[in-house]
Amino acid sequence: MAARVGVVQFPGSNCELDALEAVRMLGGEAEILWHGDDTVNGVDAVIVPGGFAHGDYLRPGAIARFSPVMSAVMEFAESGGPVVGICNGFQVLTEAGMLPGALQKNRGLKFLCTTVELRVESTRSALTSEASLGDVLRVPINHFEGNFTCSPETLADLQANDQIVLRYVDNPNGSVDDIAGICNAGRNVVGLMPHPERAISPLLGSEDGVPLLRSLLLQAGASA
Amino acid sequence: MFWGSWGMWDDRGMLFSVLVEVSLREGVADPQGATIERSLPHLGFDGVREVRVGKSIRFDLEAADEAAARAEVADLCQRFLTNPVIEDSVITVTEGASA
Repeated sequence: MAARVGVVQFPGSNCELDALEAVRMLGGEAEILWHGDDTVNGVDAVIVPGGFAHGDYLRPGAIARFSPVMSAVMEFAESGGPVVGICNGFQVLTEAGMLPGALQKNRGLKFLCTTVELRVESTRSALTSEASLGDVLRVPINHFEGNFTCSPETLADLQANDQIVLRYVDNPNGSVDDIAGICNAGRNVVGLMPHPERAISPLLGSEDGVPLLRSLLLQAGASA
Repeated sequence: MFWGSWGMWDDRGMLFSVLVEVSLREGVADPQGATIERSLPHLGFDGVREVRVGKSIRFDLEAADEAAARAEVADLCQRFLTNPVIEDSVITVTEGASA
């Protein structure tokens, strides 16, 4: 049975259809989870996609974390379900306290829309289990507030527990320790600023997002 | 909660105007502040230092007394108006409505 992936849709999300399409291309089933419903509808994995949830008012993710669906997503994650936050979704997960740290304005104050190289730093996460350690992946970024920051103590914890899963080869936004993606202590919740769902076919310029999303599908299958 | 709301009104009683000033915490890089600071000498403003950019949020609040108002605003800041990982807030509570 194909793994069922739920993609959260907030007012202002704009990458949810790309995520649905990517999951389906890789053989999974995908459906939208409306932010106003307090359920994840029995899916096997959740993607919190990119965009500008609730207009990014106050701070990116600050209002989205109170959407009814988020309590269901938190419960799902606490029971070990795989959850991936991409770009704005990463911001939502940090605001919700599901991942440590915060995303602030890019160093240089430029909105960045380009393709970057990511190095796989850990394969022990819901998003990187099918990648190879040290692999360099070409994946697009598209953000203004992607500069990951956290306290020195949190950074030390992330490093010590192998929770930094992806690093930028050439840091575009000032993120501390070149961090592009992290996971929680349980390794089932992952957040990253780059967009693997936009790198799933040579037609899109890269298919390096495939091993990442395939990892999520496998995790979803395992938890199904 | 129609009838409950009258009780709430009685309990709360006083009106306060609240100003919350949100700024980045000490030690957190402030690229907006740095950019403003760098541009000022070009405009002939010399000697400006330590520029920090934040935001201010104003609202009116009903509460039983000033201590209750401050406690509620502190909770509101902690849970919603600021991200404590990177932001601090300064709260000013004044008796009476703002407008």
